Amino acid sequence: MPEKNEEPLLELKGITKSFGAVQALDGVDFEVYRGEVVGLVGDNGAGKSTLVKCISGIFPIDAGEIRFEGKPVVINGPKDVAKLGIETVYQDLALCDNLDVVQNLYLGREKTGGLFNFMDEATMEKRSSDVLKGLSVKIPYVRTHIASLSGGQRQSVAVARAVMWNSKLVLLDEPTAALGVAQTRMVLDLILNLKKQGLGVVVISHNLADVFKVVDRMVVLRLGRRVGTFYPKTSSNEQIVAAITGAEFGSTEVAQPVAK
Amino acid sequence: MENLESHPLPDANKPEEKGLFARLKKALQGEDLSIFPILLGIVLIWAIFQIANYHFLSPLNLTNLMLQIAALGAMTVGIVPVLLLGELDLSIGSVSGLCAGVMAVLNVKAGWSGPWAVLAGILVGVLIGLLQGTLIVKIRLPAFIVTLAGMLGWSGALLLVLGNTGTINIRDKFILSLAGTFYPAYVGWIVAAVAIVAVFATMISDRRGRIKNGLRTTSLTLLLVKGIAISALIVAAVAVMNGNRGLPSDVVIFIGLVIIFDVILKHTTFGRYIYAVGGSADAARRASINVDRIRITVFSIATTLAAVGGILAGSRLLAVNQASGAGELQMDTIAAAVIGGTSLFGGIGNMWSALIGTIVIGSISNGMDLLAFPSSIKFIITAIVLVISVTIDAVTKRRRDAKAK
Repeated sequence: MPEKNEEPLLELKGITKSFGAVQALDGVDFEVYRGEVVGLVGDNGAGKSTLVKCISGIFPIDAGEIRFEGKPVVINGPKDVAKLGIETVYQDLALCDNLDVVQNLYLGREKTGGLFNFMDEATMEKRSSDVLKGLSVKIPYVRTHIASLSGGQRQSVAVARAVMWNSKLVLLDEPTAALGVAQTRMVLDLILNLKKQGLGVVVISHNLADVFKVVDRMVVLRLGRRVGTFYPKTSSNEQIVAAITGAEFGSTEVAQPVAK
Repeated sequence: MENLESHPLPDANKPEEKGLFARLKKALQGEDLSIFPILLGIVLIWAIFQIANYHFLSPLNLTNLMLQIAALGAMTVGIVPVLLLGELDLSIGSVSGLCAGVMAVLNVKAGWSGPWAVLAGILVGVLIGLLQGTLIVKIRLPAFIVTLAGMLGWSGALLLVLGNTGTINIRDKFILSLAGTFYPAYVGWIVAAVAIVAVFATMISDRRGRIKNGLRTTSLTLLLVKGIAISALIVAAVAVMNGNRGLPSDVVIFIGLVIIFDVILKHTTFGRYIYAVGGSADAARRASINVDRIRITVFSIATTLAAVGGILAGSRLLAVNQASGAGELQMDTIAAAVIGGTSLFGGIGNMWSALIGTIVIGSISNGMDLLAFPSSIKFIITAIVLVISVTIDAVTKRRRDAKAK
């Protein structure tokens, strides 16, 4: 759990973003501390993806302030974000199936050297093995092609790739979608591992049951606004569902639509 | 990771295999074995033609076979990276004709010296690739259409360049030497020795690097078997060529191109990015790879090597004419690459597929010539071989996808 009075790793204040007439984010505050797992939940269209894309530099924000490690930062694109040490793992993983684990971990950042600037395979393979071991990710052999890995293993490789470059904050978009029980367990363990290593983790998910198992805090968005913060220890599933759907807190009844 | 057994794949619920087979399987784990079925295919094809005509495996005929495929092979080296991207280039046949035509006209009609005419021909190939690549990548036209237009357009340009001279005979010594030189026997043996030393040196330094980093290594026995097998092939090839007229220059150029581009694909980031873009262009883009630049470069490599192939063909046939680069040449390059094991669907394959595939295509064509098959039958058989190899490619891909699910 974050220490009291500690400054957040990432702090967003009053983030506003609209697409034409659609107000996707309306004055959203959001914060993540070091060594904390924050769940970002909400219904479709609540603004989860938009918020993540604003943080990862894909969408420029219309208004609001972003502070990283206490300092205000200006984000003008994904490269700025990577420089800060923020990495995003998207739902579609962005791995190359035809390449092996090492090649994927190092894609775009290959270690080269020597007279002809050839790739240093042995060093890359060693470091890849070490990184995966450090995260307790179980892959039979780092020269296995991604195509022959299970869903959980792929997700783990994608996450490992995001954090192996001295990242401080990692955003996971639906990390357990389409995974079986054992595979989900593997990914959740990995998330707890990242937390243990002091990283800030944001998990965007539809699956409350999964999120409940690993998060320290849960932020609920609805229709572009932050409508609540919940702690798994003190909140019930029903309360969160109510916040997501817009029913009264504490009530499981869904608000009736206005009669036509 | 050394303790392989402690992390089995979750879906590995097959019963444990024991005995020799299992041990062999374990020893070969991680090795790329996809080359063996094709090698077996070559042995089979050669055996059939040898039984049908005992001249087939003579040094004279095998040297002729290599001479016949050198130009096709150089072009296939260029098409492999395009296939690795999951794209097609249908223009390289016409481009090879046009570039050879430009070279011949500059040399014979404009009086340029051989080397400059050759360079100019290659430069035309580079520029065509840049143009087609830019249209495909920047304006996002389908490669199929752009290069199909190229197929027609560049053969039109060849007719234009040749003008009312139907055939230009080449007499320039330099140009003719590109395909017409046979090196004396000792040169062949020096080349073989250098190649064998290089093979072993690469394997040893690779193994040392892995041991130094505490990585898994293949057993020394397997390494030795591999090295001796490759050396035996090299010695056999040189012995056969020396048994006839000696190592031919265009074959040296072709195999040299295979080796250079094999090194580029395996050891440079550019090569790695070609595979990445072919596997998932989105993933490559997110890894901040300049996908557009990779694709344009690859289309340029294809047409540049098409120019080299066209020039070698012109040099071997002592002439460039209106039919240069036409006919089955275009299809043969793609067929050769696919037969050699490079997938039409992108991301899978290697440079040696260019050598192995052209040997298969060349053997079938050469064998049928020896047996005096008519063109009708030759076309049909080549078409069937192409369809079979693409079928194998498609079935393998479906299995791979099913396994990935």
